[in-house]
Amino acid sequence: MGRTLAEKVWEHHVVRHAEGEPDLLYIDLHLLHEVTSPQAFDGLRLAGRTVRRPDLTLGTEDHNVPTTPGPIVDPVSLTQVETMRKNCAEFGVRLFPMGDAEQGIVHIIGPQLGLTQPGMTIVCGDSHTSTHGAFGALAFGIGTSEVEHVLATQTLPLKPFKTMAINVDGELPDGVTAKDIILAVIAEIGTGGGQGYVLEYRGEAIRALSMEARMTVCNMSIEAGARAGMIAPDDTTFDYLKGRDYAPKGADWDAAVAAWRELETDDDATYDAEIDIDASQLSPYVTWGTNPGQGLPLSANVPDPEMLSDDGERTAAERAIAYMGLTPGAPLRDISVDTVFLGSCTNGRIEDLRAAAEIVKGRKVAGSVRMLVVPGSAKVRLQAESEGLDKVFTDAGAEWRLAGCSMCLGMNPDQLAPGERSASTSNRNFEGRQGKGGRTHLVSPLVAAATAIRGTLSSPADLSK
Amino acid sequence: MEQFTKHTGVGVPLRRSNVDTDQIIPAVYLKRVTRSGFEDGLFSAWRSDDTFVLNNPDFAQGSVLVAGPDFGTGSSREHAVWALMDYGFRVVLSSRFADIFRGNSGKSGLLTAQLRQEDIELIWKLLENEPGMELTVDLEQRTVTAGEHVFAFEVDDYTRWRLLEGLDDVSLTLRHADEITNFESTRPDWKPAVEPA
Repeated sequence: MGRTLAEKVWEHHVVRHAEGEPDLLYIDLHLLHEVTSPQAFDGLRLAGRTVRRPDLTLGTEDHNVPTTPGPIVDPVSLTQVETMRKNCAEFGVRLFPMGDAEQGIVHIIGPQLGLTQPGMTIVCGDSHTSTHGAFGALAFGIGTSEVEHVLATQTLPLKPFKTMAINVDGELPDGVTAKDIILAVIAEIGTGGGQGYVLEYRGEAIRALSMEARMTVCNMSIEAGARAGMIAPDDTTFDYLKGRDYAPKGADWDAAVAAWRELETDDDATYDAEIDIDASQLSPYVTWGTNPGQGLPLSANVPDPEMLSDDGERTAAERAIAYMGLTPGAPLRDISVDTVFLGSCTNGRIEDLRAAAEIVKGRKVAGSVRMLVVPGSAKVRLQAESEGLDKVFTDAGAEWRLAGCSMCLGMNPDQLAPGERSASTSNRNFEGRQGKGGRTHLVSPLVAAATAIRGTLSSPADLSK
Repeated sequence: MEQFTKHTGVGVPLRRSNVDTDQIIPAVYLKRVTRSGFEDGLFSAWRSDDTFVLNNPDFAQGSVLVAGPDFGTGSSREHAVWALMDYGFRVVLSSRFADIFRGNSGKSGLLTAQLRQEDIELIWKLLENEPGMELTVDLEQRTVTAGEHVFAFEVDDYTRWRLLEGLDDVSLTLRHADEITNFESTRPDWKPAVEPA
């Protein structure tokens, strides 16, 4: 019987298989950041162990870094970053620190360097590692104990995943993006719907996406409960990779591409589950609640919990609406925001900044709104500046910042104040995620830009009216 | 890792679904570089609410958390497990756990026992009718006992074995170091590598 993309990559990495035990899987690339690694290095030190493959390990500083020029002010953040530098130096791990030309959000820099390649296994102590699946890599987030395990052994014991195909056919309407696809998928299957599965995004609407847009889709697989999301590599993938720093060169390139072409799911393979989405029926999505599954088309109204038949869902919706300070039945388009955040590993790449700049150009951010534009990496920032995008944003009244995770999770000073409301291109609208008491609506870069101009949740189409 | 065979302690009814790891411990508490002392961050936003279950003295000493479905979603932070354990929890009962959280729990010795949602609802009622009631969680038998009620729970065989034995994953894997070395010799040359520091 045929095999799926996920099954092929898995099989290529099995070091050891024994009945009744998890498979031992080899890890091709281990990415580190300062938040989830200190206790792992400590574990190695206590046990007198070393990093088995420093050449397959790479660190960056992203979660704590300030996005305004200058040193880290918070002493606790500073300790964490200094600990990262000390650990990487002691164990021989390459690190891209603040200020380095290659520094950036861990899931932006891997693909940017060409380190993320099809058919690889990639892990990081960060749930958005699923991003790298856009290249046909099996990539997933791990906890700190597992970080220690990979540092020490370059392997992980894992139980096989189930597979789920997400077929997205049809053509996306204008103004509808990868972010809207994934928000619609999560609204459809729920935050637990992907649990235990690797999602494989398929269909013509996925094939038509750029690599950066595919990364946005795979990035949020975890918000549907799936540890990994994948897209089979194709010419779009190879074109993106070719010539990047760590991509294979010369004859190696040809050998690699030949191997990568074999990864596609076989025609006679079967999935454990399948869902179908019609891209032509999608419209810009926004979340109204406090988990990423609580999303609706922008044209909809805040749901009325009374209309929900399931007790659990009703209670969750009531809680979410109360936390978000919304009125059931009110149009989502009437919700005014205080802050617009454009950035994160979900939507902090150059195409995201270009798309938003296109909308903002020649317009002004509403007086009541602060807009933060945070490139995903130092390279993205430089690229944007070379295209004059920074000017477009600052002329409109937005703030142009340095690279990092920033307001996606507010570990640095970029936070919402209690009760403050944001339209955010990030990935999580959990209670307090962007600052204690903060209220988050997840949106695409296009909706973020239009919302910044109008001051209420809007799509670019609302601007031309 | 400490062995886990059987545990008896006060059950805490947490009537919420989708308790994500940002709720279990907000990011602001993740800046520490140590592995202990995370109990102050546990459910930090909710603990300022007087009606929150852990602010009820009958439940404050709880060690068995009984939660709604989709517990532990979101961020991979293992600090969520450490915060629960540092507070004193040894077991979480739920009808569905997020994958990364469940994996992290098994590594640190926190038992995530999966029960049917209707059993969770019944345990919630028992605990609310008799606050401070103790639950006994028996990993060998895979049962939770609440008064005269006995519920079966699911946990995968491998995690159960590791918890019962108190085994650490890294030393188990290093028994197969030769196989890892053999595998490495078969990796294609064109796979990327970085220049170590």
